[in-house]
Amino acid sequence: MKFAKLFAGVSLCVAAQFSQAGVTIEHWQAPSGARVFFVENHTLPIVDVQLDFAAGTAYDPAGKSGLASLTRDLLDLGAGALDETQTASRLADLGASLGGGADMDRANVSLRTLSAADKLTPALAILRDVVSAPRFDAAVFEREQARTIAALKEALTRPETIAARAFWSAMYPQHPYGVQSSPESLTAITRTDLVAFHARHYGAARTTLTLVGDLTRARAEAIAAELTAALPSGSDVAPPPELAPAVGSERRIAHPAAQAHLLIGMAAVRRGDPDYFPLLVGNYTLGGGGFVSRLMKEVRDRRGYAYSVYSYFMPMQQPGPFNIGLQTKKAQAGAALKLTREVLAGFLAEGPSAEELQAAKLNLVGSFPLRLDSNRKILENVASIGFYKLPLDYLDRYAEKVEAVSADDVRAAFARHVQAGKLTTVVVGGE
Amino acid sequence: MRCTRLIPLLCLLVAPLAAHANPFEHKLANGLNVIVKEDRRAPTAVHMVWYRVGSIDEKNGLTGVAHLLEHMMFKGTPNVGPGEFNRRVAAAGGRDNAFTNRDYTAYFQQTPKAQLEEMMRLEADRMRHLTLDPKEFAQEIKVVMEERRMRTDDQPPALLYEQMNAVAFQASPYRAPVIGWMNDLENMSVEDARDWYDRWYVPNNAYVVVVGDVDHDEVFRLAEQYYGPLEPRALPLRKPQEEPKQLGIRRLTVKAPAELPVLLMAYKAPVIRDVERDVDPYALEMLGAILDGHDAARFPQRLVKELRVAVNAGSGYDSTARGPSLFFLQGSPSEGRTVAELEAAFRAEIARIQKDGVGADELARARAQLVAAEIYKLDSMFAQAMEIGQLEAVGIPYRANERLIEKLQAVSAADVQAAARKYLDDDSLTVAVLDPQPLPKTPRPRSGAVPRH
Repeated sequence: MKFAKLFAGVSLCVAAQFSQAGVTIEHWQAPSGARVFFVENHTLPIVDVQLDFAAGTAYDPAGKSGLASLTRDLLDLGAGALDETQTASRLADLGASLGGGADMDRANVSLRTLSAADKLTPALAILRDVVSAPRFDAAVFEREQARTIAALKEALTRPETIAARAFWSAMYPQHPYGVQSSPESLTAITRTDLVAFHARHYGAARTTLTLVGDLTRARAEAIAAELTAALPSGSDVAPPPELAPAVGSERRIAHPAAQAHLLIGMAAVRRGDPDYFPLLVGNYTLGGGGFVSRLMKEVRDRRGYAYSVYSYFMPMQQPGPFNIGLQTKKAQAGAALKLTREVLAGFLAEGPSAEELQAAKLNLVGSFPLRLDSNRKILENVASIGFYKLPLDYLDRYAEKVEAVSADDVRAAFARHVQAGKLTTVVVGGE
Repeated sequence: MRCTRLIPLLCLLVAPLAAHANPFEHKLANGLNVIVKEDRRAPTAVHMVWYRVGSIDEKNGLTGVAHLLEHMMFKGTPNVGPGEFNRRVAAAGGRDNAFTNRDYTAYFQQTPKAQLEEMMRLEADRMRHLTLDPKEFAQEIKVVMEERRMRTDDQPPALLYEQMNAVAFQASPYRAPVIGWMNDLENMSVEDARDWYDRWYVPNNAYVVVVGDVDHDEVFRLAEQYYGPLEPRALPLRKPQEEPKQLGIRRLTVKAPAELPVLLMAYKAPVIRDVERDVDPYALEMLGAILDGHDAARFPQRLVKELRVAVNAGSGYDSTARGPSLFFLQGSPSEGRTVAELEAAFRAEIARIQKDGVGADELARARAQLVAAEIYKLDSMFAQAMEIGQLEAVGIPYRANERLIEKLQAVSAADVQAAARKYLDDDSLTVAVLDPQPLPKTPRPRSGAVPRH
């Protein structure tokens, strides 16, 4: 599955210019039913582990938004025989650290540890308890609930938070992706809810485990079996529901900030959609290519309207958003919005020029090795491939898929996924 | 390293030395230092050019010029037009950006290794040949003002830090924000940028750091080829501008739209000037690790979990800088608790360390984290290049890094206690409070609780 082998037969000069950087992903199923993905790499004495659960915020029950995140937050605050202080102290003693969080589709827990047995073994034992036997101590729950509410109230004063919430609500009406936690919904959550959510959504059958680093295959197999053996049995939960057709809307919310925050977008593309590559390549020219995108040139370089302006596609289990964003001083919010819409309309009508298409491919293919030049990055990529059931040769074929995109493909894919009349616009602040 | 079968013994003897030689260093005749760390884990390289100039070198009325010039560095030379630099890096499959700090200004590209030569050619070109076109300047200064609005004016915690800094420091140029005061930006001219560039952007005020899948001799050869022809020039005299001793507590308040108050307590603190002989800066680093280095460290444990006086509580300290440092404590009170109660709780924790010291277990834990962090750092080429660059920027040779780690490991409980007693003193303290203001006439957006499932 090495990148280099695939390229031997590919005659594109662009591809040949840059060298191989694929990773070999080994895949099997643990006795528990968890799907396991492993990349062996002995160059550093480090092991990275990540468990992904289909337990994101899209699974929050009605009226209890915030449950998925709160459940995830409490996993490592006391588990098995250790209370939260003992857990944190032991990890620090080992030089190990836990990470992770919850997005809409998934909740994850990651561990970074040294690979020496006297560090790795106890660190994995802690991780096993964190995902399998969280204590959800009542006092800890009550405290974290209060802290989460305090943090949310603070965030609700921030223009970027207000904008993002209004944006998602408008793009996903009547859909879990559009529902956010509120102080009220967080208050409604009880400790029992956390226990039930963990039991229901953290089952091995809907879990992926990714291991990267200084392990042999045999050791990785043993770890995978052990790590997932005690996960709850879980329930057969349906994935997030299908979306209703998008409807365009525009919303303006007052705010005293010096800058207005502008968001434009719509629900667009799901993980694994064959149109993802044309959208990726096209978006590089529109607003994904950092300093060289059309939005950056027009909005920032030519007019000085904004420091940051971007566009991206965020594929999810159900179609995730296409999103354009920028911040500009409030007096020029109207002018910046008009210009941004013109740039988008122009791109939707024409697609990329031959020169722009070539530049996009040069960068996306050329920079591919940078996406995989550390264990941390390999872990992130492989965990996503595993969770979303993307083909195991996804990384190996990435360059080939990018190279195959034509300008017509870009125009057609944008026409299918981004329609000017269905866009949601949110402006927070401004005059 | 090439070992032939003819000289195995010699190789055995040389091997440890050769291993120690990485990173490699080479100084060009024009004063430019080149540091190369070979890391062959992936076929990529990071290339950085660091200039020993930052906001600490700015004069009154010209705050923000160091950062503004960083922006202008992407606006073209006679050989490479405006925006062309970014275009060429992108076409090479690279990512690039730059950052300005109080002590330095640095530029970097991450690329496939084969593109390193092109990156060196581009950086060498803009080191001495920047166009500084007035029209480009007129647009870019607007972008910088938007950056200031985004990063500072609309970020209450950043505003608080900016104001605290301006009160804690009176003589040191550290009193001004790196991004610059808005009025200075409004009155900045392209001539100001040109003066800055001509004064500081010379090879004898810069160094190059390369980390990646490269051969150091080849990098040195390329450096000679591209950077070698650039003429050095005498640098302006830098005056010390030392901060006078603070003679009593200072307090300030910042009002901004927010929900939670923020408390920021900043004590004047020393930095490492003599790697071998200093003790206190290392002790303060370990103190920071004991206060909030992990979830069971003193601040999260006592203030957030046990006393529940704070929703968050942390500390910050940088032991390396060209100017003076601050050891600061920062947190927000829990609902129903006040800033005064939080301040009292911070003070009680500090007093406890001053009176009773710290535990051997706490120190051992901080050491274990330090050792692990040194290994985890090797997973990122960028982090390795940053470490070299930042040490050099403050005048500490990158080779001293191992010594710095050893010195940190050698800190005793008595050292920590002594440093806490010596520096965490009211007479050198500045206390800043964010006083949250309600959003005017803005109904809180409804949560949009839509029935589902």
